[in-house]
Amino acid sequence: MQKSLRTSFIAHFIIIILSSIALPFLLGKVEAPLMISVDLVQIGEKTNIPYAPKVSDGQKSEKKVKERVVTEQAPPKIVPKEKPDAVPMPENIKKIKELLEKRQNPVKVEDLTKQTSEFEKKEIFDPNKISALIDKSKKDSAEVNNKTSLEATQSQQKNIVTSKLTITQEDAIKAQIFKCWNIPIGLPYNENLTVRIKIKLNPDGSLVSSEIMDQARMNTAGQTYYKILAESALRAVKLCNPLKVPSTGYEKWKDMQLNFDAKEMLKG
Amino acid sequence: MKYKIIKIFVLFLFITTKSYAVVSVDITRGNLDPLPTAISDFYLDSKLGENIKKLELEKKIPEMIKNNLSRSGLFFSLEKKSFIQKPEVAHNKPRFEDWAFIKAQVLVTGKISLEKEGKLRVEFKLWDVVSATELSALAFYTTPDNWRRVSHMISDKVYERLTGEKGYFDSRIIYVSETGPKVDKKKRLAVMDQDGYGVKYLTLGNELVLTPRFSPTNQYVTYMSYFKNMPRVYLLNIEKGTQELVGDFPGMTFAPRFSPDGKKIIMSFAQEGNSEIYSMDIKTRVVEKLTDHPSIDTSPSYSPDGSYICFNSDRSGFQQIYTMKSDGTNVKRISFGEGLYGTPVWSPRGDLIAFTKLYRNKFYIGVMRADGSGERLLTENFYQEAPSWAPNGRVLIFYRETASDKDGKGGGAKLWSIDLTGYNERLVNTPTDASDPSWSGLLSSK
Repeated sequence: MQKSLRTSFIAHFIIIILSSIALPFLLGKVEAPLMISVDLVQIGEKTNIPYAPKVSDGQKSEKKVKERVVTEQAPPKIVPKEKPDAVPMPENIKKIKELLEKRQNPVKVEDLTKQTSEFEKKEIFDPNKISALIDKSKKDSAEVNNKTSLEATQSQQKNIVTSKLTITQEDAIKAQIFKCWNIPIGLPYNENLTVRIKIKLNPDGSLVSSEIMDQARMNTAGQTYYKILAESALRAVKLCNPLKVPSTGYEKWKDMQLNFDAKEMLKG
Repeated sequence: MKYKIIKIFVLFLFITTKSYAVVSVDITRGNLDPLPTAISDFYLDSKLGENIKKLELEKKIPEMIKNNLSRSGLFFSLEKKSFIQKPEVAHNKPRFEDWAFIKAQVLVTGKISLEKEGKLRVEFKLWDVVSATELSALAFYTTPDNWRRVSHMISDKVYERLTGEKGYFDSRIIYVSETGPKVDKKKRLAVMDQDGYGVKYLTLGNELVLTPRFSPTNQYVTYMSYFKNMPRVYLLNIEKGTQELVGDFPGMTFAPRFSPDGKKIIMSFAQEGNSEIYSMDIKTRVVEKLTDHPSIDTSPSYSPDGSYICFNSDRSGFQQIYTMKSDGTNVKRISFGEGLYGTPVWSPRGDLIAFTKLYRNKFYIGVMRADGSGERLLTENFYQEAPSWAPNGRVLIFYRETASDKDGKGGGAKLWSIDLTGYNERLVNTPTDASDPSWSGLLSSK
């Protein structure tokens, strides 16, 4: 009797200790500022769209007002895609900042960072990325992400952590390659000619390797346009060597997939 | 043991099954600058005789390739002075670093050697300097005096390998040469290479001639002539120099063009103030009436597969562009913009129709898709018209007249070319004033 009581007591004690560590919000220990992710600090003021880590269940059920914040946040995200050659220009940043300030209560900015951005959702369900995952897992399956444990607890709900560059970092890389890429302008604008190139980089941004992911298509008869686009894309990657890369987060960008698509440019 | 289990259990709580995705970056923009290209002098085989060495083909051929490629607007030829490597070394195995150093992205090298019976073997190689690979290599056999053709053919191969579309350098242009005072102009048919070299006159200039057009085989030309003061469509065999009347129409025929298979000529026939479109089979002489409308229908042009015809008509009250099936059914208006549209001509690629547009006293050369969407005006001027497509459907040639000054001087017509971007506009040199140009197909493909 006593023995079982002791066992029960110890077991209960362990569970309470464990839940106080694993489920800290039960003890009311969690303070909002703790949730600010490392990435947010990195982007600082240079980014027009804040990088937003995953939402937690608690926040999801909060007022609709916050959901609207997400949607309001989404449109500016497209901006760099439409005018990607413009790496966030100072005036753009200013504008977007002003917009954000108008729309949001500045005090709640912290909450904002907890919202799931649409950008990331896309990332998770993008079939291309899944294939990239598979590719990746062959070589680097043992790779460990060095994100903070806070993010790790968040990620338990989704099992996949997408390591993303910030928009600023992505734009900086885009801008470099835009300059290096001479688009073969004889190509038809109405064909699907996206060339995917896998590159591996050294910490200093120099190129270790570059490889066309759909190599078979290069030598298929009737794929002349694809071949020419792929060759021009490879030249661009090599001309841009070494890339100017972010000073931190090597793990994030040491492997990259570049999707070259000239459709918009060729449409004129 | 228990502790171990608990430890493992605790550890397990903190381990997340994390996966790792490769960062993916979309590159949707690039520059449309001309591709930096180095064209090295060719390497001349030392066994060649003095008489061939004297021709300096090792310099002339690359020079002509350079001119062709530069004129296309897609290539930027680097200055020869900056080349470090000797032609022989460059042709056999270039040191790519040397060429990358001067910012070349591609390199053209070549070799000229002697073949049997006084024939030359002209070989070229195209290199990707950045990726350090050979992109293509080809040899041509020819007589020394045919070096221009060879240069054009090499230019076409380089162009095709780097742009993905056929070149247009090995082609000719026929036009109407104009000489003499404005009131009494002498108009002769003239033909020349696309770079303006080797002008030949095909008619004497006794009659007014207009709208010459090449047949798909480039052997025939159809045009309109005021022979005996009666404007009619004629057919001229360039090689034999013979000409004949096309069809026996009781009136004026004009605006002729060949069908893409070269078997028919399509043209307008005017009678009692009304003009309709007719086609005539060249062999059987069978004539078919394709339009039947009290308005003026003219300027017909076949689609490259021959199944459709575009033409212009004022049946809506204003001159606009229409399409119909080649049997005359399914007539559809495709131009709806303000102003007047004329001289529609279907691109050899089939995707676009080029036209002249008159809007607010200005003339424009423009293109639209075959369904009439996506109208784009490429160039605007005081007076210009009659666009004609280069064989690859990327460049248009047309003529432009500048306004004469108040004394009535100046104001001659000249040929101009422009590409689909609308930026690369160039004067095409002709020894005389020139109008009504028409581009041939590729000579080498026939």
